[in-house]
Amino acid sequence: MTAANMFLDAAAEAGYYALFGRSSGPQIRGGEAAALVRLGVEPITSVDDTFDIMLAIDWQGVQRFAAELPLSKNSIVICDPSAGDVPDVYVKTGAKIVHLHMKDLAKEIPGGRPNMIALGAVAELIGIPVGPLTEVLGKSLKKKRADAYEASVAGVKAGAAAAATLGGAKRLAAAKAKDAKRWTVTGNYGAGLGAIRGGVRFCAAYPITPATEVLEYLASALPKVGGVFVQAEDELASINMCLGASYGGEASITSTAGPGLSLMTEGLGLAVASETPVVVVDVQRVGPSTGIATKCEQSDLNIAVYGLHGDAPHLVVAPNSVGDCIFTTQWGVYLAESLQTACLVMSDQALGQSRAIIDAPADVAFVGKRLVAEAPAEGEVFKRYANTASGISPMPVPGQPGCQYTSDGLEHTETGTPSSQSSDHTLQLDKRQRKLTNFDYGNHWATIEGEGDIAVITWGSCTGAAREAVARAKADGINAKLISLRLISPIRPQHLADALKGVSKILVVEQSHQGQFTRYLRGEYDLPVKPESLSRSGPLPMRPGEIHARLLSMGK
Amino acid sequence: MSSCDSTATYAAKDFKSDVKPVWCPGCGDYAVLSSITKAFADLGLKPHETSVVSGIGCSSRIPAYTNTYGIHSIHGRALAVGQGLKLARPDLTVMVAGGDGDGFSIGGNHFLHACRRNVDLTYIVMDNRVYGMTKGQPSPTTESDWDASAMAPPGGTGMTPFHPLAIALASGANFIARGFSGDPNGTAQIIAEAIRHPGFSFVAIMSPCITFREEQRDWKNTMRNVNIEPTTDPAQAARRLMTDDGFNCGILYRGNRPAYGKEKKATNAVSDLDREFTL
Repeated sequence: MTAANMFLDAAAEAGYYALFGRSSGPQIRGGEAAALVRLGVEPITSVDDTFDIMLAIDWQGVQRFAAELPLSKNSIVICDPSAGDVPDVYVKTGAKIVHLHMKDLAKEIPGGRPNMIALGAVAELIGIPVGPLTEVLGKSLKKKRADAYEASVAGVKAGAAAAATLGGAKRLAAAKAKDAKRWTVTGNYGAGLGAIRGGVRFCAAYPITPATEVLEYLASALPKVGGVFVQAEDELASINMCLGASYGGEASITSTAGPGLSLMTEGLGLAVASETPVVVVDVQRVGPSTGIATKCEQSDLNIAVYGLHGDAPHLVVAPNSVGDCIFTTQWGVYLAESLQTACLVMSDQALGQSRAIIDAPADVAFVGKRLVAEAPAEGEVFKRYANTASGISPMPVPGQPGCQYTSDGLEHTETGTPSSQSSDHTLQLDKRQRKLTNFDYGNHWATIEGEGDIAVITWGSCTGAAREAVARAKADGINAKLISLRLISPIRPQHLADALKGVSKILVVEQSHQGQFTRYLRGEYDLPVKPESLSRSGPLPMRPGEIHARLLSMGK
Repeated sequence: MSSCDSTATYAAKDFKSDVKPVWCPGCGDYAVLSSITKAFADLGLKPHETSVVSGIGCSSRIPAYTNTYGIHSIHGRALAVGQGLKLARPDLTVMVAGGDGDGFSIGGNHFLHACRRNVDLTYIVMDNRVYGMTKGQPSPTTESDWDASAMAPPGGTGMTPFHPLAIALASGANFIARGFSGDPNGTAQIIAEAIRHPGFSFVAIMSPCITFREEQRDWKNTMRNVNIEPTTDPAQAARRLMTDDGFNCGILYRGNRPAYGKEKKATNAVSDLDREFTL
């Protein structure tokens, strides 16, 4: 993993864009792991169908990764003969197998390590010069351990020299000049940054894979900007601490994955009923129950949209690329604060734990601002839940004289006094729905690209693969339009109807065994035609080729 | 009610709202409400700078009966909500209040961690050893052989009652006291001391449920003020708590741990955070 991160840094240094995912088993530390890297001269938002190069330092536990490392006869497998025979599963792919004596080469260098030989070899094969590699090594090693630096540089050079003789390499197109600033970011760190950009200054969270990096980032970043981070005793405490902080006037966030989200649903209901802004980043993993904690699936959609008891309208938004985790989380904070309700940001493992080289994201102007209350005139009672036209009621900040009220999950009157009257219940239900329905979400409700007879509707991390499939279909003469929903709930019937004008076929793409997204679209929207559904479970990522094949058959 | 300003002083009645409590006539919680509002007034607090946070249950209705800022949240989560509020707004006086079921059963885990986290707030538990709102089930503090309610198993639960004060001490609470609703002035003094004390202050107030635990009317004869010097020594406090019969009222432990939380101070602009990601 260290070598892979260095490789990515060097590629970025050389001007390439990249997407880097990792696969590891449930081990606590060490053990077998695979670094999955894709490089290109244009921004990358999806994995490819197969890998061009597989470099195996050893074959330990490789069977576990076999399905995640698809190869073709055009691929190259680089391996060390001293690590044993190439497993059948890879021999069968027809990939070209070449030998690189990584262990022996490393032995010739004092302090040399096979992973540095590997790093040099891969860089040479695809055309990344040694310069950026040594620069990256210098940044991480030179100061702390000069001897390790020397050994690593020697290793990288030896690997590159050895690889030059292997032949058959696929070299990347030359990288374009870095005309704008580039960033390296993971979706989880990006979500944390977006939260702070949106005004979040409080986070209470409980560790859970694959969401932990969100709290890891906020734990160190929040204090720098005058915020507070608390590691809560459980997810029940996380969400409720956030509600307390939010009541106090601070925009608040927590992050979790499916099991934690299940525990938080009662708290989310309180946020809805008491109209307290709060944001939850759900980094989806494979469920149900503990499922597969380290892998991706888009199967928390139902609980996100329908998981709260009672009639509880709230916001559900979803980032659709690693970089978009920054924007969508920031936007989610803005929406929650503006609308005084819960907002679920539905990220997923493939976005959250992947590292990408991207163009520097714009710092957009969405900073959460609540509609602040003013003290009522002398002798009048403050109405915290006033039935306004927009449905949004002014919200005081404690400390403000004359606006004391009790925030309540019990149904209440406009002043906040508990009430079991049907008239009060209906009035407040209408108000809480109206504010969401009537709000202007601008054009951020979806990412829409291209035109065509076919519409591909998708969300989350499937978006990248769908985008690539649409591009391939276009090369085949089949025009399709990509619609990736960022605002999952509330629905935007008119906007989607407009986007689907002229469309005669719809393909819904998602990573859920039950087709939760397809069902959601069919249940909530009047689609002009019955959609086809390409929905399957995780943990394997949706690949462009699967979607492309379906588009080809739909375009006939 | 809306005439709060920063210079005025406030009497106990200014901390009460005009919402009529749902409590039964004779419930001990009326007196606890009076003790709390008296303590607020005695400390010179202002209603708009004070907050009362609760969960769910009879006594948890209390925020609506005060004229402070308040949150009536969900069953068992009052301490989580209250800690979040205090950490976000250290300038506010935060009181968390509720009952024995809310605090020690469904909310038990938060109780342990609030004690050890030691956020500067005061936690009042109105303990009547029964679930009142759901009509008479045994709670964690109910005597093991109590079966006077149709809701209790014959012969009682057979479970050792929870010992809130001893558990608070073992978990790290910084101030531990017991009060009695039958002594509203004494209890108000204890509450005022609890609010003044830094860190997590826990005040168990024995508050009879005359509807489901009629025998608790007799507490007026058994509860006693111990008038002992509060100890700062946890070992001495442990002995005190483990040997008492549950009827000793007063401040039983006064710890000296600093309260949790650092001063909120921005050292960076938000845009500085971009640096970490820039190549």
